Amino acid sequence: MVIPAQTLRHTFLRHNKKFPHVWCPGCGNGIIMAALLRAIYRLDVSKDDIVLASGIGCSGRMPTYLDFNTLHTTHGRALTFATGVKLARPSLNVVAIMGDGDATAIGGNHFIHAARRNLNLTAIIINNSIYGMTGGQYSPTTPFGARSTTSVYGHIEHDFSIAELAVTAGASFVARATVYHAELMDRLIEQAIRKRGFAVVEVISNCHVQYGRRNNLGGAVEMIRRFKEQAVHVDRAEKMSAEELRGKITIGVLTDRELPISTEEYKKVRERARAARGGKV
Amino acid sequence: MSEPEQTPGRQLLQGNEAVVHGALAAGCRFFAGYPITPASEIAEHLSVLLPAVDGTFIQMEDEIASIGAVIGASLAGVKAMTATSGPGFSLMQENLGFACVAEVPCVIVNVMRGGPSTGLPTSPAQGDVQMARWGTHGDHPIVVLAVSSVLDSFSITVKAFNISEKYRVPVILLSDEVVAHTREAVRLPGRDEVKVMDRIRPSMPPDWYRPYEGDNRGVPPMAAFGDGYRHHVTGLIHDEHGYPTQNRKEIEGFHERMAGKIRRGFADIQMTRGFHTRDAEVLVIAYGSVARSALRAVEEARRQGMRAGLLQLITLFPFPRATVTPLLKQCRAVLVPEMNMGQISREVQRVNQCDCRVVKHNRVDGEFITPMEITRVLLKL
Repeated sequence: MVIPAQTLRHTFLRHNKKFPHVWCPGCGNGIIMAALLRAIYRLDVSKDDIVLASGIGCSGRMPTYLDFNTLHTTHGRALTFATGVKLARPSLNVVAIMGDGDATAIGGNHFIHAARRNLNLTAIIINNSIYGMTGGQYSPTTPFGARSTTSVYGHIEHDFSIAELAVTAGASFVARATVYHAELMDRLIEQAIRKRGFAVVEVISNCHVQYGRRNNLGGAVEMIRRFKEQAVHVDRAEKMSAEELRGKITIGVLTDRELPISTEEYKKVRERARAARGGKV
Repeated sequence: MSEPEQTPGRQLLQGNEAVVHGALAAGCRFFAGYPITPASEIAEHLSVLLPAVDGTFIQMEDEIASIGAVIGASLAGVKAMTATSGPGFSLMQENLGFACVAEVPCVIVNVMRGGPSTGLPTSPAQGDVQMARWGTHGDHPIVVLAVSSVLDSFSITVKAFNISEKYRVPVILLSDEVVAHTREAVRLPGRDEVKVMDRIRPSMPPDWYRPYEGDNRGVPPMAAFGDGYRHHVTGLIHDEHGYPTQNRKEIEGFHERMAGKIRRGFADIQMTRGFHTRDAEVLVIAYGSVARSALRAVEEARRQGMRAGLLQLITLFPFPRATVTPLLKQCRAVLVPEMNMGQISREVQRVNQCDCRVVKHNRVDGEFITPMEITRVLLKL
């Protein structure tokens, strides 16, 4: 089903918000926002029942433009606020949008514990391998050897894989896409929001301004074309050797499993507490 | 939601337990926290009691996450609280600022222990007073209350929630290791004796709702996420719609309204208790557990012929100068005993416009200030 862009704009963008947005021309954030909106459009839930929480950075501005219950929190803490919202009002669909530094550096502790805790939340992590808003400093996903404004002589630390971290930490659903694979991305986001349990979608995105430029990767078009070339669908990746997968980006659903959801489990805790105390506090 | 039932009659409770009962009576239905001495009993008891009243308890991965979850729950329309001690309170400062700027009602209990750093985990202190006021960066409105007894721990906790809801401001409740762990026989007020206030919800149609437009008190009505009033909440300085602004007039208006709502509510927020102050020539100003030693000391000084009085501060910030200043004019000397290096005595100095002699008495050795100790200093004034 093709959803006209105008339908998305008229349905989901805030008309009383003073545009333009803060993102640079060619930024992957717009592609990701559109994919999110297509996913939500297909979910067919009331805008009143959606909470979009973000942290700090370029990704953090996304909720400002969208006509949901929106929450622009502090750096790295989106998932903690989202946890409070979800527990207090479990009927709401809560989605957290974060960047790579936001989710896995300053917010790394919250990220792994949110995955372990397995609340019914969705986390979308925009991974552009750099701190874009603050001027191009290295992040936990900046590759070894890359140049950034804080590693001008070459980066000496190793990056980690956000999606694999989420799998290890216990998330119910983990998927990865790139901004080239826009249609796959909206299907994955839709699946993630529908999933009962903690669901993570990592989106590999381009920051040609702060990252591409310093590493001779070209502009937005060149970077996105490279994602297309590097991407290997998970079905094919399973048949490839580690050597063959070097420098590739595995896309698709990496994990989809049924685990006890803590929002559901807490209902049982309430029943036990009521029974134990006989209505007395 | 079902209401908690009060057991009638007297019960033996410690301060931390009384905080729990006060919170439940005030309508608190969400707690997120992280274990820390000497505040852990608050979390333990709420983990037992909250689920029995359809509330929610969660132990988070740290104090940063705890206050984050508390703010999230409050935005979803549920009264929420966390409890910690010095090190955890330090970690909460960033998100505390968010609660101030986004005007999210919540109560943060800090059971003070000896600091700085890991300090003296099992010893009483009052070293977090100025941090409670100024710990988060930037100018911000905040309310700080101090409890001195088990009964206070109940009733002032209720007040903390009421002020927080009424003014949409985080309220810091300062307890200390002595109050928290002392057991006293108390009769807690019944449900009908407790006055509970809730945040004002918007009554206009959603299209007309401006989430950060103050009413005549400067306090905006607050919609919960999911109520149909879709709006934006941010830690950036924002306009009446909640959207980030760089407009000088809007920034100034924002700060004016934030400071103004507390200034206008000052008479309502400031709480003190006077003992023998009417004819006092020498005054003791004290708060928290030290106020109880001070009362004994004042009574002893009276027995020995000194016209001494005690002003117990319940509200520490905004500093209750409307009560303090006239008493400073009336008295020739004031003694401020504190379990810190002089964090409230500097406030007393600040509002002292006359010739009243301000004398400090400080302890930071992890020992409680005794009545005898205060009497000794008092009789020399």
